[in-house]
Amino acid sequence: MPEAWVRIRGLRYARGEQVIFEGVDMDIPRGRLTAIMGPSGTGKTTLLRLIGGQLHADAGTVEVAGENVAALRSKALYRLRKRMGMLFQNGALLTDLSVFDNVAFPLREHTRLPERMIRDLVLMKLHAVGLRGARELMPAQLSGGMARRVALARAIALDPQMVLFDEPFTGQDPISLGVLVSLLRSLTDALGLTSVVVSHDVQESLSIADYVYVISEGRVVEHGTPEALRQSTSPWVQQFLQGQSDGPVPFHYPAPDYRADLLADDRP
Amino acid sequence: MMDFLQRLGATALGVTERIGRGHLFLLYVLGGFPGLLPRFGLVIKQIYASGVLSLLIIAVSGLFVGMVLALQGYNTLVDFGATESLGVVVALSLVRELGPVVGALLFAGRAGSALTAEIGLMKATEQLSAMEMMAVNPLHRVVAPRLLGGIIAMPLLAAILSAVGIIGGYLVAVGLLGVDEGAFWSQMQAKVDLFDDVASGVIKSVVFGFVVTWIALFEGYDAVPTSEGVSRATTRTVVHASLAVLALNFILTALMFGDD
Amino acid sequence: MMQSRGVQIWVGLLVIAGMAALLMLAMKVSNIRVFSAENGYAVSANFENIGGLKVRSPVTMAGVVVGRVSEIGFDSEIYEAVVTMNIDPRYDNLPEDTSASIFTSGLLGEQYIGLEAGGAESYLHDGDRIQLTQSAIVLEKLIGQFLVSQADK
Repeated sequence: MPEAWVRIRGLRYARGEQVIFEGVDMDIPRGRLTAIMGPSGTGKTTLLRLIGGQLHADAGTVEVAGENVAALRSKALYRLRKRMGMLFQNGALLTDLSVFDNVAFPLREHTRLPERMIRDLVLMKLHAVGLRGARELMPAQLSGGMARRVALARAIALDPQMVLFDEPFTGQDPISLGVLVSLLRSLTDALGLTSVVVSHDVQESLSIADYVYVISEGRVVEHGTPEALRQSTSPWVQQFLQGQSDGPVPFHYPAPDYRADLLADDRP
Repeated sequence: MMDFLQRLGATALGVTERIGRGHLFLLYVLGGFPGLLPRFGLVIKQIYASGVLSLLIIAVSGLFVGMVLALQGYNTLVDFGATESLGVVVALSLVRELGPVVGALLFAGRAGSALTAEIGLMKATEQLSAMEMMAVNPLHRVVAPRLLGGIIAMPLLAAILSAVGIIGGYLVAVGLLGVDEGAFWSQMQAKVDLFDDVASGVIKSVVFGFVVTWIALFEGYDAVPTSEGVSRATTRTVVHASLAVLALNFILTALMFGDD
Repeated sequence: MMQSRGVQIWVGLLVIAGMAALLMLAMKVSNIRVFSAENGYAVSANFENIGGLKVRSPVTMAGVVVGRVSEIGFDSEIYEAVVTMNIDPRYDNLPEDTSASIFTSGLLGEQYIGLEAGGAESYLHDGDRIQLTQSAIVLEKLIGQFLVSQADK
């Protein structure tokens, strides 16, 4: 297994009273596609923001490319961020710019390339996601899947070493889902990207990931290759992978005994 | 009773915190001003969004305000046989007070609310967050040009409102009420001073443009990133910006025209 | 960043309209022809009482504004007001024995200084003092004198 590009040790993060992570250790290998899975509300997006330096851990360290993200001053943090891309759940395209200008945005902000070269680069990135013909459209005219692909083109515009994907598969029809899944895999391989996919779509994630972390209730429950995970003996992991409605995670929210509840005398 | 005191304390703390946040926000935004010079196109776009798009409402309001001033002023002045001073009344009211103040109130309603909604929606749709992850500071790239655009647009709008208002007053006074045209303009020129009146009106409108845009941008940036939060922030912008303009107007007027 | 031409044209129009409005306020509405201290010459005069005269009040001759009051001081030895006027350099031929009076425009209007030319051959220069002055008429004083004279009858 290659060296770790992102190294998380003893991570603790709480939002007010609510503890989101408690003692999380994670190694994200370089040049591979790592999936981080878990039920909704386990703070998967928060984890990406911790890696990107938008949030700071209460305890423990998050190291990216050997640098402790929380300790970086804003200049160094921005330099590090130029080496990562992030794909937000809804694309987060800038609504007042066209598709072309959205992809050109990081190039224009961070380079002094002549406009002709920017045009070539943008068309190459748009071609890679199959949307070269849609360059004149505004974000409001795009479907959800197209917006995500434009955002992907934007995320790789500066040729980053790592791309973070926040729930790339949710709410997609089967065709755009298939497009996104194969794009993720092929871009990771073609560009040698370190990809981190946060998702709760089990089948899609398992089908493309090289390595998988499953988190729940602020801890890493299980990790390994997709095959290893499928063989896992943990009933919780099996319930999550199979999508069973009842199991270690009960169908019912904790409640008093059903019979006693119905017969209780506190009815108005 | 304790409960009440506790809530009072919590509210006071919350207000103090917001004031602090608002000023820190301003500090960071002002830090982005030097970077705007080589990219003035960004500011021009914002002058268009907040200035040009407010032009129509400003000009129409100015016309009506001037016309009403002439009508009302005439009714009062005619009792003293001083209707030739009508030009002075209209011009001084507009240049000193109504141009900057009415202009700023309209600006808060038209451009301020739009700014808050725009920034709030950019926050809600993670556009600001995405910019941060692209190593672009949204305070410099998004907020600073809007603030500078507002500061530039507001005095232009206020001057247009005053000028159009004076023309409106002229139309009513000379055309409708039969005030002597020569007296209307010459009395005005004799009493309105370029520095005391016109320049202080311009200074007022620069200050108002700054404060209204600042409040609007901060409310948007500080909004709860949901559609409900953004709509509430938009309302707050109009209320707070209008109050700030009226209160500041009193202070500025006292400073500029107080010791005469 | 590319700008659409429409945006640039509109912003240009806004700036032109704003500047035109400011220009109108400056030229048509206000008295831009104020004399700054540098290009006029200063003449002073002592008055027993200046009434409601203020800095920037007009100084007229035969009804024409020839200057403005630039400074109002107080001479603590003779207990009189010292008014310094800034006279437009175009009017550099005021006789030395010109007299200055403080008048009121209309019954309740603001006060101004009216100059009346004398017959001397030499002219007033920068820093000169006008000798002949007449103070402001204070309405209360006038009424008081009138009442006293009525009582004497």
